[in-house]
Amino acid sequence: MGVKKSYPNEKRKFNKEKMKNIVKGFLSNPIYLISLIAIVFLVHTIVVPLWQMLSNTLLWGEGDQLINPDAIPGGLTIEHWKQMLTSEASKNVFYKPILRSLGIGVAVSIMALIMGGALAWLVTRSDIPYKKTLTFLAVIPYMIPSWMKSMAWLTVFKNDRVGGAPGLLQFIFGVGPPDWIAYGFLPIVIVLGGMHYYVYFFLLTAAALNSVNSNMEETANILGAPRITILRRITFPLILPAILSGVILVFSKAIGTFGPAAFLGLPVNFYVISTMLYSNMQTGMLTEGYILSLTLIVLAALVIYINQKMIGKRKGYDTVGGKDGRKTMMPLGRWRMPVFVTVIIFMVSSAVVPLALLLLQSFMLKDGVYTLSNFTTHFWIGKANPDIAMGNVGVLVNDSIGLALKNSLLIAVIGAGVAALIGIIFGYIVAKGRNSFTGKVVEQLAFAPYLIPGIALSAIYLTMFAKPGLFLPSLYGTLSIIILITIVKDLPFATRAGVSNMFQISGELEEAAQIQGASFFKRFFRIMLPLTKQGILSAFIIAFISAMKQLDLVLLLVTPKTGTLATITYEYADTGYPQFANAIMLIIIAITMVVYYVSSKWGKADLSKGIGG
Amino acid sequence: MSRIELKNINKHFGDNHVLKGIDFVIEDGDFMTLLGPSGCGKTTTLRVITGLENPEGGIVTIGGKEVVNGENKYYAPPAKRDLNLVFQSYALWPHMTVYENVAFGLTVKKFPKNEIRQKVEAALDKLQILPYIDRYPSELSGGQQQRVSIARAIVTEPKILLLDEPLSNLDAKLRLEMRSELKRLHNELNTTIIYVTHDQVEALTLSTKIAVFFEGELVQLDEPRNIYRNPADLRVADFVGNPQINLIDAFCSYKDGSLLTESVIGKLSVPTTKSYEGECVMALYPEDIQIFEQRRADATKCTVYSVLPAGSETLMQLTMDDETVILAKYMGEKDYEIGSSLWIKISSDKINVYDKNSGKIIAEKESYEELNGRVLA
Ligand SMILES: Nc1ncnc2c1ncn2[C@@H]1O[C@H](COP(=O)(O)OP(=O)(O)OP(=O)(O)O)[C@@H](O)[C@H]1O
Ligand SMILES: [Mg+2]
Repeated sequence: MGVKKSYPNEKRKFNKEKMKNIVKGFLSNPIYLISLIAIVFLVHTIVVPLWQMLSNTLLWGEGDQLINPDAIPGGLTIEHWKQMLTSEASKNVFYKPILRSLGIGVAVSIMALIMGGALAWLVTRSDIPYKKTLTFLAVIPYMIPSWMKSMAWLTVFKNDRVGGAPGLLQFIFGVGPPDWIAYGFLPIVIVLGGMHYYVYFFLLTAAALNSVNSNMEETANILGAPRITILRRITFPLILPAILSGVILVFSKAIGTFGPAAFLGLPVNFYVISTMLYSNMQTGMLTEGYILSLTLIVLAALVIYINQKMIGKRKGYDTVGGKDGRKTMMPLGRWRMPVFVTVIIFMVSSAVVPLALLLLQSFMLKDGVYTLSNFTTHFWIGKANPDIAMGNVGVLVNDSIGLALKNSLLIAVIGAGVAALIGIIFGYIVAKGRNSFTGKVVEQLAFAPYLIPGIALSAIYLTMFAKPGLFLPSLYGTLSIIILITIVKDLPFATRAGVSNMFQISGELEEAAQIQGASFFKRFFRIMLPLTKQGILSAFIIAFISAMKQLDLVLLLVTPKTGTLATITYEYADTGYPQFANAIMLIIIAITMVVYYVSSKWGKADLSKGIGG
Repeated sequence: MSRIELKNINKHFGDNHVLKGIDFVIEDGDFMTLLGPSGCGKTTTLRVITGLENPEGGIVTIGGKEVVNGENKYYAPPAKRDLNLVFQSYALWPHMTVYENVAFGLTVKKFPKNEIRQKVEAALDKLQILPYIDRYPSELSGGQQQRVSIARAIVTEPKILLLDEPLSNLDAKLRLEMRSELKRLHNELNTTIIYVTHDQVEALTLSTKIAVFFEGELVQLDEPRNIYRNPADLRVADFVGNPQINLIDAFCSYKDGSLLTESVIGKLSVPTTKSYEGECVMALYPEDIQIFEQRRADATKCTVYSVLPAGSETLMQLTMDDETVILAKYMGEKDYEIGSSLWIKISSDKINVYDKNSGKIIAEKESYEELNGRVLA
């Protein structure tokens, strides 16, 4: 009966055998090697770019001598920051854009929270009719790029102040709407919050509400708690983590947003951080652009930090078992139909109307003239005609658009596929090394691209990968660099999805295979991968959709040969051919819708799973 | 060839010292049960033997070969240890059919196809689940899933089989069936089995040896009947008793090889080899109490507090004074009125006496071997 109380007195002296075994154990366990590769990859694609950005703002550049006689190229200086923060121009090029971006971030978050939350509550907890249809419709706006909705907005509200054809309202009533409705802060917030990012809140809150077993609420009810108390003490705390992570997503996306800010802000010189950044990049003021980017990164990181403090330990309540729990639906009574109609009107105006308008506009010979005689199919299938659109042919017969379509599909399929796969591998590393250093490093680094504005990241990539580097030849002008940046930008979502998928698989499933002698790769491909199939697919769809709409991330990187549908659209819109732009956008949307429909129908993909909710 | 030896195994989870110097030997062919309350380290011990968890200190050898050496940080991978584990949660792969689940280990070991089929079918047949071969785990009942996970573990014919609370999720009837199934498998396959359970009856029926754990320490390792007969300390006594052991506070003194105890059940003289004086606790099983309806000189009077009929037997709670409640068992049906008087007699050879402070045993009953030896002689 060995009841030994003596513990081993650890020998601290150097032990050759022990070192050998530690090294052997390290090498024979692939998770260490994979973590190592993951970290090298993340450092190369994320940390190094960030470091280059930072060092660029703190060093004198080659050309700076012309402006400042004290400049020694390569020398350390804070002059760039001083210039940016304290000169006369600071107000316009730095403070104003930042304040505007922050304002947009706050307003968009609030608007999206209210609309998305209300919608989620309606479809999960009330007796509103046609819930399935509503849920499907609610996600559609996510598939329509926000910059496209901005163009639709312009189609309706544009006034003649800025030149070009007038909008629909002006055409009908003869007077254009005032500038503050047509351009700037208000339309940007409405387009982003009310028509776009509410989808995040909707998906996250609906998933959380669904997982709250209504038995939990009923228990409280039996205990005699009044309705409002139940909402406050039970329901709200349970969905709070979902709401807060929605705030993170929406706020940090909104303060970095480019498309709507460009379309709706630039006509009235309403600059926000990202558009300022773009104009800096275009005029070669890289350093100023980087300073803005770094400021944006710090702001977003700060918001996330505060948010995490608020979530604290509450993150992730375990509310499984909610699935079978019967839900008691709150009757809306005589408000049922009015609420339903309001929701439908809302959805129609944020999804159907923009689409219809763009479709309509793509058939108009002269922009802004809504008569039957102005109808043409030229912009779709027209042959070259020097009288129309400088001899450009219709989009369906245009070779360069065919090329762009091929590029877009290649980028989206490969980028999203690789990102989803890497996400699962990272998820494995994080879930297995829950408390290990490598796990934490991978998790944190993989989230970083979320905070880096796309334009700044692409500017850095342009300089970093233009010359041959570590393992790689020069990537400038190739699709590879665009695919690479797409993967990197998709990593945050893909990794979150991977982590939450991996956490759902009990470790014992893998251990059972390990005991049987299955190698790491066998376990990964035979056990882990098949079990996360649905999660991978969902992550793939999210990444695919976002890659198809990607504009600011790739705008600086494309060459005529590597243009995508999105960048071509931007060029057409920028050069004054909205009909072409609209036609191409409709193609983009058609592709994403088909992919989404097919994958959710046959692959059971679930967008809320894809964003790691 | 599959003797397992654990030497001074220490395992921490952070600051939590989960295994505290575990030492034991499992002989070839043993059916060893690890018994103990929740959180005492049974699963961790299994996982250490399997290689899924690496202890910081200690040595594990299997069949004379070292598989763990904490000092040198040497840990042989699980697959090299020729053993298999049945997880408490079954851990069946939900995306594979019963056949694929069971065949997995054989495909990894690159057996020829027809041989795999043959072995899998034989294993499924042995566990009487052959008809479900093409189903997915979610299409099986809990008991069937259970048997699939056992089939998966035995199909590769490991030298050692480890089972972690394999019957905890089954209903009483299925549990009984599976117990005899396991016992049969043990005889048939001639493997060494290490078994984990909370259930003391299960441990007593199945095992050739029981190891009782408390808070990461091995407190007693013995044959089942000796564990039952002579629990090494109060915690073990309290744990293995079924339905429950009576623990009666007493005061004792030592005289000529006997302990004289004084308690609510009167004075008793218990033979012992150790000399001890002071506060002690007497442990006795409900079935060892003789009950009389009439007053007797050698019995103590008590009052019926409650009667709990349990089919073939009747349990009774009896009060001696205001504080002490004694549980007694009567084989057969009996109904006494609450509050009526009974007389109970306890013979001193049915009693274990423990030191109240350390909880260690002072006076134990004769072991089964001694008892048998005397009867035969
Ligand atoms: N991975 C882990 N990390 C931290 N602590 C752990 C871990 N696994 C087990 N423990 C702790 O180690 C102790 C022993 O756990 P173990 O699972 O071995 O108990 P057990 O005897 O199997 O219990 P049960 O009968 O409830 O299954 C417990 O206190 C548990 O909280
Ligand atoms: Mg356990």
